[in-house]
Amino acid sequence: MSDVTIASGSVDTPPHRGRPAGTISPIPFARILWIELRKMFDTRSGLWLMASILIVAALATVGTLILVPESDLTYESFLSAIGFPMNTILPLVAILSVTSEWGQRTALTTFTLVPSRARVISAKAGLCAIIGVSALAVAAVLGAVGNIGAAAFAGVGATWDVGWQGLVLFAMANVIGMGIGFMLAVLTRSSPAAVVAFFVYYLVVPIVSTAVAGVQEWYADHVHWIDFNTNVNRLFGAGFTGDDALSAQQWFQLGLTGLVWLVVPLTVGLRLALRAEIK
Amino acid sequence: MITVDGLTKRYGQLTAVDEVSFTAEPGRVMGFLGPNGAGKSTSMRMMVGLSEPTSGTAHILGRRFGELPNPGREVGVLLDASAQHGGRTGREILSLAAGTMGLPKAWGDAALERVSLTPEEARRRVGNYSLGMRQRLGIAVALIGDPDVLILDEPANGLDPAGIRWMRDLLRGFANDGGTVLLSSHLLHEIEVIADDILVIGNGRIVARGTKEQLLTEGGTLARSADPAALAAALRAAGHASKQASSGALHTEADAGTVGQVALATGVALTELRAADSTGLEEMFLALTDDSQRDGLRDETDTKTEGTAA
Repeated sequence: MSDVTIASGSVDTPPHRGRPAGTISPIPFARILWIELRKMFDTRSGLWLMASILIVAALATVGTLILVPESDLTYESFLSAIGFPMNTILPLVAILSVTSEWGQRTALTTFTLVPSRARVISAKAGLCAIIGVSALAVAAVLGAVGNIGAAAFAGVGATWDVGWQGLVLFAMANVIGMGIGFMLAVLTRSSPAAVVAFFVYYLVVPIVSTAVAGVQEWYADHVHWIDFNTNVNRLFGAGFTGDDALSAQQWFQLGLTGLVWLVVPLTVGLRLALRAEIK
Repeated sequence: MITVDGLTKRYGQLTAVDEVSFTAEPGRVMGFLGPNGAGKSTSMRMMVGLSEPTSGTAHILGRRFGELPNPGREVGVLLDASAQHGGRTGREILSLAAGTMGLPKAWGDAALERVSLTPEEARRRVGNYSLGMRQRLGIAVALIGDPDVLILDEPANGLDPAGIRWMRDLLRGFANDGGTVLLSSHLLHEIEVIADDILVIGNGRIVARGTKEQLLTEGGTLARSADPAALAAALRAAGHASKQASSGALHTEADAGTVGQVALATGVALTELRAADSTGLEEMFLALTDDSQRDGLRDETDTKTEGTAA
């Protein structure tokens, strides 16, 4: 108490501190990208989540080699085997990149170092897209290696039944899946809520949709105007059946349902994430 | 320098922060004192842009927090030492902060040294840290960018008495170099040890403010005597109001010398005469923490602490 020597009430001019005004430059976006990328890998859980993409892709390739009869092995068999688990893990990557800030409350530090939440969230979104596309490149290469290996083992020529266009549609479907994850993440800002919501969307909604289509003729006729999932699945389908193109109407249905299921809730979620109080 | 003007936050009917205004000056350590839920953290969140004020403004070094180009270089912020990913190491957390600010690697080591965390401790995951270690790490993150202003929410929480003295010395040194410090606490003792200036907040409002000396000495004088009534009358005749506490002691704004003179002239034997030290602040603070007395304090928004001793 009495050992503080500053006289009460007097505010003497303090010693000059370091730096002349205006010498601090703004934080470049590339730096935010780099820091956010590091944050995806620098915890055990984050590292394992990323590693699981590669592990699962490798396991799926091996599993395909073992389980699928040699005569049926084509590039498509490998891509679908790798693509299915990846289509589940990638949205989780997107979800956790956002929700861990709120769940672990690191948002308190993140957003006091970079007050513009929009920059941080764009960096995360950009990284998710990059990771998604990289993972799919890995899937494409692994699938190709598996396909060549299987063909060599059987002593026949490899069957390449998925072309470039098919790969692009495959990538697009996966990036949309990550977009769904990202949307649920900014909307809920809670890891458990977003993960549960994702699995409801990913596993429950299609079952319900199919069941309703089974009893409701009108719904069955119009399902592509309502159910976003069915349109995204057509991207996989188009890629894998060698029928590489979607019709103009199919693209329109994808865009329309995407607007309702993805773009609108994403906009609402982004608004919430940018403005909501961080505690 | 922190300038807060009419800062207000409402959640529906509830007013969590009500017209809070103050200026924290360079070279001083300002303590933000109030019971839990008084609005300290909400005020601080608004100062650093994590929460949008319902009305009012907060400026740090003349700018809104969101306008600072690289805030970590100008304002060190610690809002909750526990708000870190338990899976990261202390060093990684520092390194992320340094990386965001664009600082050289060596600054991280310097910051660790300043908060007395050993390199071995820094390599451990934060999930294994004690609260005291987390506080030190949080202070290191706040200090790493060599800022001019520190905003620390309950930084002494979890520190032992030696740790509190360490923090006092650290913040004293920071202020002596021309830095501005605002720290909060719900413990009067911590604020007494660390701060130069005190803001007392209760129910979202500032109920007292001043330098520590003002707040602690303006408790006035406590006089115990054989005949309190006669002494009170004599004091009143001399122009000094007084109140009789339940213990029989008189509490007056007059200084001890005056009370002694009056007692001598009146012929009342004094049995105790002393400065009422921090009683006023402490009593007021206790009253604030006591729900049942909250409403009684609502109107005490004047700038000096009142002797609320009954």
